Amino acid sequence: MPVRFRPQADQGHQLRVTNLRKAAPQGAEQDCGYGANPMNLRDSRAVPANHLEAENLQLWRGDHHVLKGVGFTLSRGECLQVTGSNGAGKTTLLRTLCGLMVPEEGRVLWEGRDVRTDLPAFHSALMYLGHEAPLKADLTARENLYYWIGVRRRTPGSGLDAALARVGADACRERLVRTLSAGQKRRVALAGLALMFCPLWLLDEPTTNLDAEGQQLVGALMAEQLARGGAIVVATHQQLPAAVRAARRLEMAA
Amino acid sequence: MSAGAGAAIDIALSAAQAAPGASALEAARLALARDLRLAFRKRGQLIQPLAFFALVTMLFPLAVSPELARLRAIAPGVLWVAALLASLLALEFLFRDDAYDGTLEQYALSGQSLTWLLFAKSVAHWLLTGLPLALMAPFAAMSLGVAAAAVPGIIVVMLVGTVALSLIGAIGAALTLGMKRSGALLALLTLPLSLPVLIYGARATQLAIGGSSFIAPLELLAALAVLCVTLAPLAAAAAVRISLE
Repeated sequence: MPVRFRPQADQGHQLRVTNLRKAAPQGAEQDCGYGANPMNLRDSRAVPANHLEAENLQLWRGDHHVLKGVGFTLSRGECLQVTGSNGAGKTTLLRTLCGLMVPEEGRVLWEGRDVRTDLPAFHSALMYLGHEAPLKADLTARENLYYWIGVRRRTPGSGLDAALARVGADACRERLVRTLSAGQKRRVALAGLALMFCPLWLLDEPTTNLDAEGQQLVGALMAEQLARGGAIVVATHQQLPAAVRAARRLEMAA
Repeated sequence: MSAGAGAAIDIALSAAQAAPGASALEAARLALARDLRLAFRKRGQLIQPLAFFALVTMLFPLAVSPELARLRAIAPGVLWVAALLASLLALEFLFRDDAYDGTLEQYALSGQSLTWLLFAKSVAHWLLTGLPLALMAPFAAMSLGVAAAAVPGIIVVMLVGTVALSLIGAIGAALTLGMKRSGALLALLTLPLSLPVLIYGARATQLAIGGSSFIAPLELLAALAVLCVTLAPLAAAAAVRISLE
């Protein structure tokens, strides 16, 4: 077992820039569009301002110390961009935040409560999109969305079509995913994102394989999410689309 | 795109975004339907275990002896060993593809019970292997010289036994998810756990072929199946969670 220790002043992972955030839009507290969600944010008195919080996350992968005391707070309507070179632990951080990985030390808080106390409730409030789109090669784009999103929400068929149209994947609706290009697959995955307006998005390299127009689309979707009072943690070493420039940054050192 | 079409898209989209959450039962139904549809898209993979079962049972008359009395004596063992191996053959694909393409990850993060979703997947596995095997078994049995009167008994015993096999197999498949070529390990894990099913299944089949009452071993077999239905999905869910770390 690796020796575990508390780093005294490992500032490498702490937030570098914190005050780029825009003022939250007026009335965002009351109307943030998540009325139907069990983890709803409507009651602003009961909800602390920081709705996602990571405290001193420490995680080892074998002998490799991946997360060295990561900590941040993220309020609704804010976007946190996680940057860093390959292997710096961006994906690991996202997977730890959503509860797939258990950190050796530290905890993740959602609405002021440790997410481990009620993982299903936390999971129904979040959407995680990894760098592989979770699509079946032998189903069509529309079928993929139907099963993928349907497990979480009672999505009507018209909604699926609208989401595919919104991301410009209208033409490949009835095509098997194995015949789609990497960029088209990404767009189908984004259609899933467009359908899942839940309070927290965790996105891992959402713009990979996308053309310029597709990158703008990611920007538009993210801007919509922020305008609704949702929060985003996005891991990318590229520049964020212009629409979400006002992001806060967390830089991970390898 | 015209402005009208754009607005229509936005309206349909925001209606869908406000959709209520799916119940656990609905989620399980969709997971089951997805697996069935995928299986019918990949028919080759679906037929393999069934063809394997037919072939193995056909080898015995060639290898042992064409004498019907002798074949009839070994028929229960042949049927069950062949069914066990055929079920094992289909297990490798149970979670493999889902682990690669991120479907399991999405299941684990869906806010739905992973246990339920994996149970649905095991049900799909049974519908695609256990059920057809139970329906094929009488033909295999008759080619081994078993009388037609034993057919209903053989089907019932097979139906119950394969439920247990599918669920035990789900535990093995979930445990070997992290490994690259796990076929042999999967067999080493699953076969010993399947021994009770094999023993009671073969005994019940033997009694059915002999024309006597097979209720006692069938009841034990059913008890095993119930035990597997209740506990195996929990174990499989725990194993899948570990593999996702």
